[in-house]
Amino acid sequence: MNFSEVFKQSNQLCKVSPDGKYLATCVQYRLVIRDVNTLQILNLYTCLDQISHMEWSSDSLFILCAMYKRALVQVWSLEQPDWHCKIDEGSIGLVSSRWSPDGRHILNTTEFHLRITVWSLCTKAVSYIKYPKACQKGLDFSRDGCYMALAERRDCKDYVSIFVCDDWHLLRHFETETQDLSGLEWSPNGCVLAVWESCLEYKMSLYSLDGRLLSTYSAYEWSLGIKSVSWSPSSQFLAIGSFDEKVRILNHITWKKIAQFEHPAIIDNTKTVYKEIEKRPAVSSDEMSLHDITVASSLFSTQSKYDISPLPVQIPVVKPDPDRANPKIGVSALAFSSDSRYIATKNGGFQVHSLNWHCSGDSLILIGKDQLCLCYMDADQNNE
Amino acid sequence: MGDWGLTETSMDNYEISILSHVAMSPSRHNNLMSAYSLPSSKSSYSVISAFCTEDNIPQCISYINQELGSLGLAAHIQADPPGRASLNAAPALNAMYELLQIHRRSMNNVEELEKEQLKKTSTLEHMQTSNSRLKDQLELSIREKSGLHETERQLQLKLKTLQSCLKTEKDEVQKLQSIIASRASQYSHDAKRKEREAAKLKERLSQLLVDRKDKKLAIEMLNSVGRSDGKRSHWKTAKATASREAEMYKSLLSDYEASQRALMLENAELQKVLQQMKKEMMHILSPCPPLNRGGSAEESQELGDSDREERSAETSRETLDQSCEHAREQLTNSIRQQWRKLRNHVQKLDNQASLVQNQPPSNAEVIPLETHEHEVERMRLEVQQCKEFIHAQQQLLQQQLNTSFDDETAALLNGCYTLEEKERLKEEWRLFDEQKRNFEKERKNFTEAAIRLGREKRAFEEDRAAWLKHQFLSMTPFADRMRSSSSDGQSALSVKSEPEIRTSSSKAPPVKSSAYTTFSTPKSSKSAAVPSTIDVCRTLRLIPDYRESSATEDEESWLKSKSKVCSSDLSIFSLDEDKNPLT
Repeated sequence: MNFSEVFKQSNQLCKVSPDGKYLATCVQYRLVIRDVNTLQILNLYTCLDQISHMEWSSDSLFILCAMYKRALVQVWSLEQPDWHCKIDEGSIGLVSSRWSPDGRHILNTTEFHLRITVWSLCTKAVSYIKYPKACQKGLDFSRDGCYMALAERRDCKDYVSIFVCDDWHLLRHFETETQDLSGLEWSPNGCVLAVWESCLEYKMSLYSLDGRLLSTYSAYEWSLGIKSVSWSPSSQFLAIGSFDEKVRILNHITWKKIAQFEHPAIIDNTKTVYKEIEKRPAVSSDEMSLHDITVASSLFSTQSKYDISPLPVQIPVVKPDPDRANPKIGVSALAFSSDSRYIATKNGGFQVHSLNWHCSGDSLILIGKDQLCLCYMDADQNNE
Repeated sequence: MGDWGLTETSMDNYEISILSHVAMSPSRHNNLMSAYSLPSSKSSYSVISAFCTEDNIPQCISYINQELGSLGLAAHIQADPPGRASLNAAPALNAMYELLQIHRRSMNNVEELEKEQLKKTSTLEHMQTSNSRLKDQLELSIREKSGLHETERQLQLKLKTLQSCLKTEKDEVQKLQSIIASRASQYSHDAKRKEREAAKLKERLSQLLVDRKDKKLAIEMLNSVGRSDGKRSHWKTAKATASREAEMYKSLLSDYEASQRALMLENAELQKVLQQMKKEMMHILSPCPPLNRGGSAEESQELGDSDREERSAETSRETLDQSCEHAREQLTNSIRQQWRKLRNHVQKLDNQASLVQNQPPSNAEVIPLETHEHEVERMRLEVQQCKEFIHAQQQLLQQQLNTSFDDETAALLNGCYTLEEKERLKEEWRLFDEQKRNFEKERKNFTEAAIRLGREKRAFEEDRAAWLKHQFLSMTPFADRMRSSSSDGQSALSVKSEPEIRTSSSKAPPVKSSAYTTFSTPKSSKSAAVPSTIDVCRTLRLIPDYRESSATEDEESWLKSKSKVCSSDLSIFSLDEDKNPLT
């Protein structure tokens, strides 16, 4: 494996374009576009303030740079470097900014979640959506980019609005059965919307595209509930990770639990456990256990290798502080492989920021605080 | 009379004291007997003597009659004659007899009474002991009871305290629950209130902000960008909204249809599997004479018949419409039935097997098993034997390979094993030696012939050189002398070469002419010995040229040889010139 030279970036804003040809990085207030193969600088744009958020449009023609402090959004074009676009939200403030799936509309969420402003780059038109809910994941686009689901809260009740992304026309508006909606996510086939409660109650509600309640699922009462949710790419399974360190899988026909995975502190029932042993003197070993993986690690300077630990393996458990909110226990990250054969889960307070599968479904990338780890699956192993 | 009265009273007292004495000592039978048997003669004597004297006989008699009358006896003592001291015997005896009777009776009574008294005293004693025992027991039980009472009291106290604690706890819990409920409602109310406030604030804020903003559009673009799909945007009409709805429903419906198709496929698969299972179960249960034995055959036959009937009916029904609920139910029912039958069958087989194990091996079903086992045993033995054999072989082989004997025997053994080889080797050696000898012979012949030929060639060369010289010189006045010598040489050459070629090595060097001597002398000395290979090669090289010249066509070869000779003429000439001064 070869490494290129190190490039500067700020705010971890470094993204490859959706068509895979360009790499965009932000350095303070500059936006640098490079060619992915040669890493030559193709374009250099200068924004008015430090860039807080950067996003490619879905067709890789435009890049959005948001500056939250100044409530400004600037859009740059790749085809025409001298094209410019500036959106000024003014004193209403800016909390988040994102593209619509068609790459021609920008959705800005104002401060205090007062409203969502939809700016159209085609017509310079503006639409406003009122009462968006400030929650973990209040807005989700369906995978085909046709529909947008938005969580709203009016009069102390939760509602979900479904918009058609073509013209931002309100398709459906219905009340949900939640006390305090915490997130929503479309299924990959765009027909089912999963809506879940805040962690004070374990409640997952499933609504169809036209707003009917299909089913609700609640595993237990009183303890802290759902922490993370993930659909399988085939829309057949819904994986729910909760604070009780278990992952429950629901099937799309009956919406009942078909499987449950646990994360015990002593692992005894998997095939192999790989333990990373670092040869850095200062840091203690960082242990991770994922079911049935082989590893090829790539690090810059520290030597680390993975040994097969003999079963049973004891994982060091850090007891969370019971007085604090949002404790670092429970399954916080879930990722299905692309063929829905495997699911990778992260339990507890391990320093893993994200889990991503390769599109072939054979390898997994773990991105930790300082490290990156690639895991390859063996063809002849199967998971539980 | 007064004295008599006194004496009477004293007598009475005395009698009473005697009687009471007797009565007072009930336990002492001996005393009693002694009391009864003979009243202490002294005391009784003294009483009798005090009672009746000579004087007071009639009084005594009257007194006694009174007493007798009071006692209820009919007999009376009569004095006989009256007024005199003697008595009428018969009434006196009767009176005495009656008195004795009375006495005996009273004695008996006394005995009985005493017996009874004894009994009663014993029972009394017994009662007393038991009484005392029971009293003790009673005391003990009373103590126990009091102890138990104590503990009961304590436990009850404890129970009471616990109940009171429980009650207090429950009350507390309820209180807390009510507090929690009230607080929860309070919090939710407050939260709602705050949320409403926040909403109001947001409204206000948004109002202010929106109003405050300048009216110009806050978006600056260089130019509008085309739509991503390249089309123009449409107006928002009711038709558009309807079409949106329609699209949404279409997508939902297509999804449902897809899932339904998948489910149908799965359903069909599962039904096929169930059908398969059912058929197989039926097949297992149906009768196959070579497989089933004994009593189970009949049962299975019955089953088979019923199964066949059922089967035909059911399959016809089932194939009609698989999606029909009725058919589905039938299928599941039939599967269940078959499964039950199969299970029963297997259970029966198990029972039979267990029975068979217990029974003596006379049953027809067991023999095959036995023979099977025999066979297996036999085969095992065979295998064992073979293994042993192989093992022995291996051992022997090992021994052979690792000989740890002393050298002699090892050598002998090795010699034995390699005898044949040695024989063969000897044969071959012999052959080899023969061949070698033959080869040597031939080589010798060859070399000799080669030497001879070399010599002859030299001779010839000399002759030719001489002849040429002669020829050359014949052109000169000195030709005649040369001619003669060269012709001699030539003739010698021609004459001698033939026989030398023909004959063998025996007539070699000494036959050669003197012309060769100068050249051949070194050769002749060595001729008897085997010539060196270098010489042989030399002669061999020379020979083909010579042979060519002699064997092939004369003129051409002669010309060739001549040309060759011309090339070597100078050397020959030089030799010959050298020779000339010598000769």
